Amino acid sequence: MSERIREKLQILADAAKYDVSCSSSGSNRKNTNKGLGDASSSGICHTYTEDGRCVSLLKILLTNHCIFDCAFCVSRKSNDVQRAAFTVEEVVELTMSFYRRNYIEGLFLSSGIFKNADFTMERLVRIAKKLRLENNFNGYIHLKTIPGASQELLSEAGLYADRMSINLEMPTEAGLKLLAPDKSHEDVKKPLAFIKDSIIALKDERKIIKHVPKFVPAGQSTQMVIGATPETDMEIMYSADQYYKNYDLKRVYYSGYIPISYDDRMPMIGSQPPLLRENRLYQTDWLIRFYGFEVQEILNAVHPHLDVDIDPKLSWALRNMEQFPVDVNTADYKMILRVPGIGVGSAKKIVMARKFAKLRSNQLQKIGIAYNRAKHFIRCADSVFQLNTPDAMHVKHEILSGSSSKYLKIPQNQLTLF
Amino acid sequence: MTVYVFDGSLDGLLTSIFEFYERKPGKVALVSSNYYEPSLIDDALEITADEIKAKRVWNGLKKKLRADWLLRFYKVYLSEDAQTFQQLFDFACYIFDNPPGAEQNFGHPAVIAVTKMDKSVNREKHRMKAFIRFQETADGIFYAPIEPDYNVLPLISNFFKNRYAGQRWIIYDVKRKYGLYYDLSKVEEICLDYAPEIKSNTPFLIGEKLEDKEGLYAILWNDYFKSTNIPARKNMKLHIQHVPKRYWKYLTEKQ
Repeated sequence: MSERIREKLQILADAAKYDVSCSSSGSNRKNTNKGLGDASSSGICHTYTEDGRCVSLLKILLTNHCIFDCAFCVSRKSNDVQRAAFTVEEVVELTMSFYRRNYIEGLFLSSGIFKNADFTMERLVRIAKKLRLENNFNGYIHLKTIPGASQELLSEAGLYADRMSINLEMPTEAGLKLLAPDKSHEDVKKPLAFIKDSIIALKDERKIIKHVPKFVPAGQSTQMVIGATPETDMEIMYSADQYYKNYDLKRVYYSGYIPISYDDRMPMIGSQPPLLRENRLYQTDWLIRFYGFEVQEILNAVHPHLDVDIDPKLSWALRNMEQFPVDVNTADYKMILRVPGIGVGSAKKIVMARKFAKLRSNQLQKIGIAYNRAKHFIRCADSVFQLNTPDAMHVKHEILSGSSSKYLKIPQNQLTLF
Repeated sequence: MTVYVFDGSLDGLLTSIFEFYERKPGKVALVSSNYYEPSLIDDALEITADEIKAKRVWNGLKKKLRADWLLRFYKVYLSEDAQTFQQLFDFACYIFDNPPGAEQNFGHPAVIAVTKMDKSVNREKHRMKAFIRFQETADGIFYAPIEPDYNVLPLISNFFKNRYAGQRWIIYDVKRKYGLYYDLSKVEEICLDYAPEIKSNTPFLIGEKLEDKEGLYAILWNDYFKSTNIPARKNMKLHIQHVPKRYWKYLTEKQ
C-alpha cells in the first residue's frame, strides 16, 4: 500500500512541477468549528527546493493520463512516461496529513485531461468539496480551470477554491498554434472572463446581503512558457499586460522552458533553461504592478528586448537621463520610486523622513537604499553641485564594474536557439 | 559614564527608562545583567524591575505611539539582543522628548535601529510559521521542537492556535527551554522536564513514541520534496539563502 502511494506521489508531483505558481497568498478563509487550517493572507513558503523555488502547496496532478498531445508538455499523449492516477480519498488524506504537520499551506490540484473536460473538472471539484465540507479544511486550495469545462462546474469550483488558474501556455496565439494546434487562447479567455465576472457579481451582492459565500477569494492567475517559441520580450509583456488589465489577474507567471522533448520545433534537451530572461520578465512585471511604469515605457518597437546585462529599471533610467537627477528632498513619491536602487519600502520611508529634516547621503544609506546604484540618479542635502547631466554609458559602466550578476556566470545560449 | 544594569526583562527595561527621567543623569548606557562586566570608571546603578514604574512608562509610550509601534517596541525587545536594549532605551527617550509623530523620522538613528531589528524579528517569526514541523505522537499530540534566533514563541502562539484548533500541539523552544501547549481550548506555557532532543543529536522523535503512520507521512513528504525539484534549474546558493543551514536539523525534508 505505502509503496504504491509513494510511487504515485513521485510520478504526479514530478508531472506537476512545471507549473510554477506556488503562491498561497490573498485568501482570508478562517478556521471554523475547530477545523483544520486558517489562511495566512501573505502566504507562507514552507520550504525551498534545491532549485531555489518556494514550496508552499502540495502541487500534484490528479492524473497524468491525457488525451492531448501538446508538444511542450511532459504529460503529452505520445510521451513514453509512467502514468498514474490518485483516487479522491488519497488526495484528501495527503493534503490533510501534510497540512496537520505544517508541511504545506494547502493543495494545488491540476490534472491531465482524461475522457473530457467536464469529467476531469468534476473530479477536481469533488476533491475540493470533500476537503471543505467533509473534512472542515480551511487551508488554501488552488484549482486548475480545465479549458472547456462547463460554467456550472466552474461556479461550483469557485465556492471551494481560494485561487483558480488557467494557463495561456504560450505568450501568443501563433506560438500556441505552432506547438498545440488543438488549443487556442480563446479557450482560456472564456473561463477567465466567466470567473472574473462571477467574482465581481458576488462582491456587489455582498454590499446588500451579509452572508454571501466566498468565491475564489485569492483571484485568478495564469502562466506562459518562455523560450519554447520565438516571441520577443515585448510580445510577452504586452500579452501579460493585456491579461492583467482585462481579467483582473493576480499574477502572470513566466516559466522558462525546460527542454523535455526531442521535437525539433523547440530547444533541444540539455540546453540551458532561460533563467536570466525569466528573471528580467519578472522584474518588468513588478515595475508595471508596483512601480507605476507603463509597459510601453520599458518595451517598445525601438527596444523590443530587455537588456541582459542590466535590469529593466536601470535600463529605463539610462535611456531617460534627462529626468535625473531626482532631488529626494523635494521630488514626488512617484518619481523617487523610479530611481534605480530605491524600492517601495525605502521610497515611503524617504517621503516620511524628509518632513523632519533634509536627508543626507549617510541617512539614505541607512534607510536601506542601494546607494551605489542610486547615487548616480539622486541629489540630497550634501550632494556636490554638478554642472551637466552625467553620460548614460559612463554611469552604466560605473555600476556594472561595481557588481557582478550571478546569472552572467552561466553561459547564455538562449538566443542562439532559433 | 552612568551604567544602568537591568535584569533583561521588559519591566526592567521600562523601569530603567523611568529611573532615567527620575534622576536625569545625562548619558546612560543600558546593560542587561547577563552581559554586564563591572569597570572602575563607570558609575553603575542596578535597576530592580518595578511593575508600577514599568506600567507608567508603557502608558506614556501608549500616549505617544500608535498600537502598531507599541507592538514593534515589544517585538524588538524579544530580540534579547544586548545592543538592541540600548537602542530601545534611546528610542523611548527620543519619543518622550519629541512631539507625537517622531517615530516616522526614518532618518533618525534610533528609529533606523528599531526598524531594522523589527524587520529581523519579523523574519524570524515568519520563518517559524514556515519551518515548524510537527510529528504526531502515540498519544495524539503534535510535537515540534524549534530553536529560533529570537524569542518569537509569544508572537506565533495565536497563529498556531487558529490554524490547528482541532489538534493538541506542543511547540518547544529548545534553546530557551520553554514551550507552548495547546489543549484544544487554550495555549499555555510549559517546561518539559524530559526534553527528548537534549539526549540525542536529532530533535526528531522515533519509534514507539510516534503514531503508526507518522513515519510514512515523513517519507512521503521527503519524496514530494525531491520530486517537485527541477534539477535543470539547480541553484544551491538560492536554496541556502532561503533555508539557512542552521534550521536544517529541524526540517523533515532535510533529513
